[in-house]
Amino acid sequence: MKIAIASGKGGTGKTTLAVNLAASAPMPICLLDCDVEEPNAHLFIQTERIQRYPEGVFVPVIDTDRCTLCGKCETICRFSALVIIGKRLLAYPEMCHACLGCMRICPEEAISPGERILGDVVSATFGTHQLIWGEMRVGEAMSPPLIEAVQRMAPDDRSLLLDAPPGTSCPMIAAIRDCDFVVLVTEPTPFGLHDLSLAVETARHLKIPCGIVVNRAEKGNTQIQDYASREKIPLLLEIPFKRSYAESYSRGEKLIDTDPALKKAFTGLWEIILKRGQEIRRAS
Amino acid sequence: MKVLVSSQGQTLDAALDPRFGRAACFLLVDTESLEYSVVENFQNLNLPQGAGIQAGKTAAATGAAAVLTGHCGPKAFDVLQAAGIEVVVGASGRVIDAVQHYKNGKLETAMAPDVEGHWV
Repeated sequence: MKIAIASGKGGTGKTTLAVNLAASAPMPICLLDCDVEEPNAHLFIQTERIQRYPEGVFVPVIDTDRCTLCGKCETICRFSALVIIGKRLLAYPEMCHACLGCMRICPEEAISPGERILGDVVSATFGTHQLIWGEMRVGEAMSPPLIEAVQRMAPDDRSLLLDAPPGTSCPMIAAIRDCDFVVLVTEPTPFGLHDLSLAVETARHLKIPCGIVVNRAEKGNTQIQDYASREKIPLLLEIPFKRSYAESYSRGEKLIDTDPALKKAFTGLWEIILKRGQEIRRAS
Repeated sequence: MKVLVSSQGQTLDAALDPRFGRAACFLLVDTESLEYSVVENFQNLNLPQGAGIQAGKTAAATGAAAVLTGHCGPKAFDVLQAAGIEVVVGASGRVIDAVQHYKNGKLETAMAPDVEGHWV
């Protein structure tokens, strides 16, 4: 089973939930930190056996001797990575989205594959679990190919827990689109609710069932609960707003080590998720 | 000679658009007769990235000898250089003012892009 932890708004507690849920897993799992622009799950986990793999992506390399300036590559490129000016074909590799269209359409075989380094995929173990994360190269603007590379590195013999990047744009979609279930983490603020509704729309569009976790929950503030019941989305867990949790986080500790009640709550969340997974499997 | 001016409107009285790649439109102006034509930039306004490259290409296609604009980023500058078009940044006011100042030698040719690219 592949479970994503996502949110619309940043800073709602995706990584906190992912790390604590991973550490509470009843079986060996693999945690994928797909927030490659700022991966931080590893800061809360004592990792061992760290291995790094550089990851690159296709960029066009032009053989100017073969190029006849026919313009087919320029026409097929939607991102202006190839432009003919006068008698020259100019390449802007940083614009390239690696569709390979230019190379395939060139009748002169004047375009060959080059590589732009995206960053590293890093693999490590913690206990019986595995952690894989991506670290995007500083200056690189395109994260989806690295997010996909992190997922390709995942083992296929265990359940995957995926910490998604925030937002609802390409990086988030690259992270969640193959998942069986999405846990949406939010906070009870108008901004949290607004971005949660965007994330719910995204999950629905991708036809992925979702549930909601309210972080920093406060008594008497029920805007998220009201939304969840209105939209008929299961409310999976409420993590209360407590100073001791913030202190534990700031020390790089897991919440389940601070509060035994939370350990129980996370074990319960696994039961809900795995039951949901069985339902999905039965339905399909 | 003809110069291409980034413009917020479709007449010589319109305000110069300080943006090159995402200019509202361009005016191709004959510096002697002051006759002009409007060059659209619709497509670029909607591009997520690469507007400067496409605008540079548009400029090259007009046959303009120079581009007068407010600012020019690295990719647009690169394309304009490749096309052999003079790049003049720091122009402001109305389009007609920029053309007159250029004719009177009050505007200098840019030797390098004057702003960073705009990544989303």
